[in-house]
Amino acid sequence: MTGQTLIQKILAQAAGKEEGVTENEIVFVSPHMILSHDNSAAISKTFYEITGPNGKVWDPNKIFIDLDHAVPPPDYKKAENHKIIREFVKKQGIKYFYDCGTGICHQVLPEEGLVPPNVVILGSDSHTTTHGAFGAAGIPIGRTETASVWAIGQTWLKVPETLKITFDNFLPKDVYAKDVILDVIGRISADGATYKSIEFYGKTIDKMSISDRMTISNMSAEAGAKAGIFPVDNVTDTWNKQFNFQYEKLEADEDADYEQELSFDLTNLTPRVAQPHKVDNVVPVEDLPRTKVDVALLGTCTNGRIEDLRIASDILREKQINPDVRLLIYPASRSILHQAIKEGLLEILVEAGGQIGVPACGPCLGEYGGTLAPGEIAISTANRNFKGRMGTRDAEIYLANPAVVARSAIAGYITNEEG
Amino acid sequence: MKFKGKIWIFPDDDINTDVIFPGKYTYDPLTPEQMAKHAMEDYNPNFAKEVAKGDIIVTGKNFGCGSSREQAVISLAKVGVSCIIAKSFARIFYRNAINQALPLVISSDCSDYVIRNRYTFKNKEISVDFDRGIIKIQEKEFLFPKLDSQALEIFEAGGLVEYTRNRL
Repeated sequence: MTGQTLIQKILAQAAGKEEGVTENEIVFVSPHMILSHDNSAAISKTFYEITGPNGKVWDPNKIFIDLDHAVPPPDYKKAENHKIIREFVKKQGIKYFYDCGTGICHQVLPEEGLVPPNVVILGSDSHTTTHGAFGAAGIPIGRTETASVWAIGQTWLKVPETLKITFDNFLPKDVYAKDVILDVIGRISADGATYKSIEFYGKTIDKMSISDRMTISNMSAEAGAKAGIFPVDNVTDTWNKQFNFQYEKLEADEDADYEQELSFDLTNLTPRVAQPHKVDNVVPVEDLPRTKVDVALLGTCTNGRIEDLRIASDILREKQINPDVRLLIYPASRSILHQAIKEGLLEILVEAGGQIGVPACGPCLGEYGGTLAPGEIAISTANRNFKGRMGTRDAEIYLANPAVVARSAIAGYITNEEG
Repeated sequence: MKFKGKIWIFPDDDINTDVIFPGKYTYDPLTPEQMAKHAMEDYNPNFAKEVAKGDIIVTGKNFGCGSSREQAVISLAKVGVSCIIAKSFARIFYRNAINQALPLVISSDCSDYVIRNRYTFKNKEISVDFDRGIIKIQEKEFLFPKLDSQALEIFEAGGLVEYTRNRL
């Protein structure tokens, strides 16, 4: 057998195949953890369709459910949706349940120490790729498939080909992980990694925090990737110490067979902006024509961490946002919100005119919490700018890093210039 | 399994699940019939009203990218779409379609040909022989590969609910 890539090694372990696996082979894997959120009510309905009304889940200790997508619920239907989930959780004895306000599932899962390296995390959410930041294979699936895994504890996966991405040199000052991944997506396009796993390497990575890595793994989904994995290194080891994980450092073999190898020199990278209505419609911020904004969104599973709030606070300190802009801030979890309170960041953000939301997805998916009106324009740290994404097909969404979002909120138009 | 229907041509690449089924309906407990009313709403708001049972979509590459929401598949199936032909499908959409037993056909040649001649083929009939792997539009035929064996097993069981139920 030829050398194995990281995803091959992880899937071989999960499938109990000591001899390794080959590309395009079908393997059956049982996840270390399976994640879902507000969609769990619909999943539970399908689950009972499969098992009958008295069905029991395969393992209540491996199911993670976190309410984050419509939090707090904006209407009684979404409140009822949560109620169905709470009842299911009680009835099935689901161990890892996190109610409204704990945070976004992709933030809470690792914070709770549920993402050790080398494991397979399945999730009924396309941004399950986020968990690649911890050296795990975070693989997104759909609702019915999640119901099926709840019932039988496994699913089939095709062993993907791997795209190896190496980042040479270091990021310039005031350029962030968000810019790196936007630049990659702009270059390889929205289907540049479809069906593939991505492995990230290079000097830039060595210096990148867990938060930065989460941003990049999260948005690997926007290139269609099945997983986006950072091999375990000192940064991961340091993060893992708080959980006392025992693990072996898995590495891709030197003669691993990559479908493609790309390297990017980041020396001259500048902040990037994804223009409507596709994530791969990326331009350098300085090339963008003057674009007025109505809403600036800081938060989401892409950029709602303490590091992001610090970046924005540094810019907004003793400043006022433009009176024509609403600045919406959604910390990605309660623990991040708490930390932001302790550091005095919320004071800065509120004094600047920001509105603080409950830790959750917020208006990223267009249901509540600051949706746009027709004709409006948003600059957002989120991961998607699709038509209709923030509530109406007649609005426009631009994606950027937290610094650009903060500076644009001050200026009233998209910019990376200091106000 | 054979399908014959009026052709709907969506010439774009990367049609995402947000425009197929908007996020604002995603966390309301809807029946498949209610989901069907929103199919393709933010791409073509008239689609759900005008589509007829059995109609077939022909589109570009990476159809169904973005969110994992299964309603994208369910709404299209329930509104009457019998089959989708594309240059390629996004990974989660593809799995969701198998799991709902909605037939997907990957054919770059057919997609290119139909999109290139979209004004000629608008509202014309197209047929798909899913078992033999043949698409027919007027006199022109295109061949396409069968599903992988695992996907085919789930598809032939009538979807993942039935497939898993049989394994309990």
